[in-house]
Amino acid sequence: MSKVATFERGIHPKYNKELSSGKSITPAKLPQRVVIPLSQHIGAPAKCEVKIGDEVKKGQVIGSPAGFVSSPVHSSISGKVIAIADFPTAVGRLVPSVVIESDGKDEAVSFKENPNYMNLSADEIKAAIKDAGIVGMGGAAFPTNVKLSPPKEKPIDTVILNGAECEPYLTADHRLMVERPKDVVEGLKIIMRSLGVNKGYIGIEENKPDAIAAIKSAASGESSIEVHTLEIKYPQGAEKMLIKAIKNREVPSKGLPMDVGVVVQNIGTAIAIYEAVRFGKPLIERVVTVTGRGIKEPRNMMVRVGTLLSDVIDQCGGLVEGAVKVISGGPMMGFAQWTLDVPVTKGTSGILVLSEEEYVSSEEYFACIRCGRCVDVCPMGLNPSMLSILIEKGHYEEAKDYNLYDCFECGSCAYVCPAKRPMVQFMRLAKSQVKP
Amino acid sequence: MATDVKSHPLVVSVSPHVRDEESIAKIMWTVNFALLPAFIMSVYYFGPRAVYVTGLCILTAVLSEHLFQKGLNRKITSTDGSAFLTGLLLGMNLPPSVPFYIPIVGSLVAVVITKMLFGGLGYNIFNPALVGRAFLLISWPKLMTIWSTPTAQFLAMDAKTTATPLGILKEEGAVKLMEVFGDKMSLYSHLLLGNRAGSIGETSAIALLIGAAILIYKKYITWHIPFSFLGTVAVAAWIFGGKGGLFTGDPVIHLLSGGLMLGAFFMATDYVTCPTIKKGQIIFGIGCGAITMLIRLKGGFPEGVMFAILLMNCFAPLIDRGVAPKMFGAVKKKEEKK
Repeated sequence: MSKVATFERGIHPKYNKELSSGKSITPAKLPQRVVIPLSQHIGAPAKCEVKIGDEVKKGQVIGSPAGFVSSPVHSSISGKVIAIADFPTAVGRLVPSVVIESDGKDEAVSFKENPNYMNLSADEIKAAIKDAGIVGMGGAAFPTNVKLSPPKEKPIDTVILNGAECEPYLTADHRLMVERPKDVVEGLKIIMRSLGVNKGYIGIEENKPDAIAAIKSAASGESSIEVHTLEIKYPQGAEKMLIKAIKNREVPSKGLPMDVGVVVQNIGTAIAIYEAVRFGKPLIERVVTVTGRGIKEPRNMMVRVGTLLSDVIDQCGGLVEGAVKVISGGPMMGFAQWTLDVPVTKGTSGILVLSEEEYVSSEEYFACIRCGRCVDVCPMGLNPSMLSILIEKGHYEEAKDYNLYDCFECGSCAYVCPAKRPMVQFMRLAKSQVKP
Repeated sequence: MATDVKSHPLVVSVSPHVRDEESIAKIMWTVNFALLPAFIMSVYYFGPRAVYVTGLCILTAVLSEHLFQKGLNRKITSTDGSAFLTGLLLGMNLPPSVPFYIPIVGSLVAVVITKMLFGGLGYNIFNPALVGRAFLLISWPKLMTIWSTPTAQFLAMDAKTTATPLGILKEEGAVKLMEVFGDKMSLYSHLLLGNRAGSIGETSAIALLIGAAILIYKKYITWHIPFSFLGTVAVAAWIFGGKGGLFTGDPVIHLLSGGLMLGAFFMATDYVTCPTIKKGQIIFGIGCGAITMLIRLKGGFPEGVMFAILLMNCFAPLIDRGVAPKMFGAVKKKEEKK
């Protein structure tokens, strides 16, 4: 029996993972057209390297990094560039994007393989990761090579792979751990090598026993890797909560995991790292969970970056009558979509379609009755009740005194609020009005 | 096409996109339901007057909230169970024999002045039902302290008046109290069941505890306020409550009499007027207990629960400011500064 680790507070929403957790990852149809945003990551948008009319192959660089915190972007299909313009993305911004029409051949550029990848130096590994355009695939999309290059004064002694997948509905990481556990472990070993770390952990929530078994057996020969079972609780997969659960270290307020010697990577990212370092394959596709009671056939699919949501949804049988909300990501932190003509990007972990019965209308909200439920669940130990009252009255500066900027918008407070207050909206509003 | 958004207008709102099923109305109606056992006991002991008085309180409370909101063109919330609860609690806090204008005036003060004029549910500083009762007690001190003898006969209208156990304790001492009720065990069982003089809904400790258990099971209230409140009363009663010097008092009499059970479980725990932070709730409960005993033992009134809670209501925001929850990562930040 391994111990079940966790953090303080948090919530227990309905997980609804059974809709897709048993569905193997299947490849999506080759899209006829892709819209590839040049900014799918945190940091400077990539610089466009193609022009309209260019023929491109799968894996060819179409955008090069424009700074240290930036990432290259590759074509995910072979075909012809037919447009370069601003297109909407799933997070609601207009982003310069390259539109490529498929030639149906799916021809790839040649990738640089490294059969002896465990002999590469840390710098070679990081260069391969950078060239492959790998960013955090859990949603934040921070360039991975930057995360693997902490400053000298922040020594790293631990790498944690995040297999919590605490967002309800999503099963992409779950399926990857079940179907490709060896690749996950190899990815972790490469990350550890790039950081010169000899302690690696994989944390998985208890509700994925098949994933825990698969990963444990894949890691059984590795003395430096420990698999930890985590309590089923949201937001267990938040970096700070994960580090607390597994290493009992508290990332200081306004600090980063590297302040306590830890680097956290997502499961999908680990596999992408393995593929990039071993096979030279750039990040041009990812697993997307298409789920919810508003979609006819929930699935886990391997989708090319740039495929439109509408395209993916059609392949899952389309929307059911009474589908009311389409979300990019999970139900707790994902983004509601106003159009389905936005592309899947490197950070798209799921497409969730809620039906009328699942969707809780929250247009009407009431005054805070200070019941304290939000205080009891806030993983950061904040007082969301007080924050929301201050922000409602426009006292943004005072909200800072209540540690506004420690809020990472997990939505736990809004989830439990009986007055149905738009807590996350309040926090974002205040953050847009005062600097940290 | 199946994904034609025009035939499927999509809802766009900020995350999270799922929420749990609790709502203000659900909470309020559950609290009302939890008061039902105590109310049934009060009807059993005090007859139809318990129904009339409480019913008038509820009717006035709901109606005045509704008319107030309608008149000012505000969102109508009179069906959320909160006005109903204020009326019910006020009714349960009145003597069964009061004339019928008393519940009406009390409810108007509770809902219109204490709640609506401060901005409605969530903005009131004081527990509305208790302000209503305090207003009545100060304005009609005689009417508010005439206590009927419980009859346990539904239609017995010739209610005799008597003193409450706390009244006897205050005026004539513990020995007299034992004489009235026979022996200690008989006194305790009368107090537990509610077969004693007092406000309509405060007398049956056991019925109130059943309701409290429902609320604790539903996690609508936690142990923090009631237990620190009751604990403080018990300890203070034991230390200072006896005539034979320190540590000779009987904590059970103090725990089971007066409005303590009703106050500790149903009124001090009012979300709006108590601290939000658990640590603060313990301070709040101790404060309520201490003031209650100060009034009961040294003050001019035999009972002090109402004033204790109202006084501590004033301090709730201050307490919350003083006991911020332990923030994640806060300790190390301080160390870094050094």
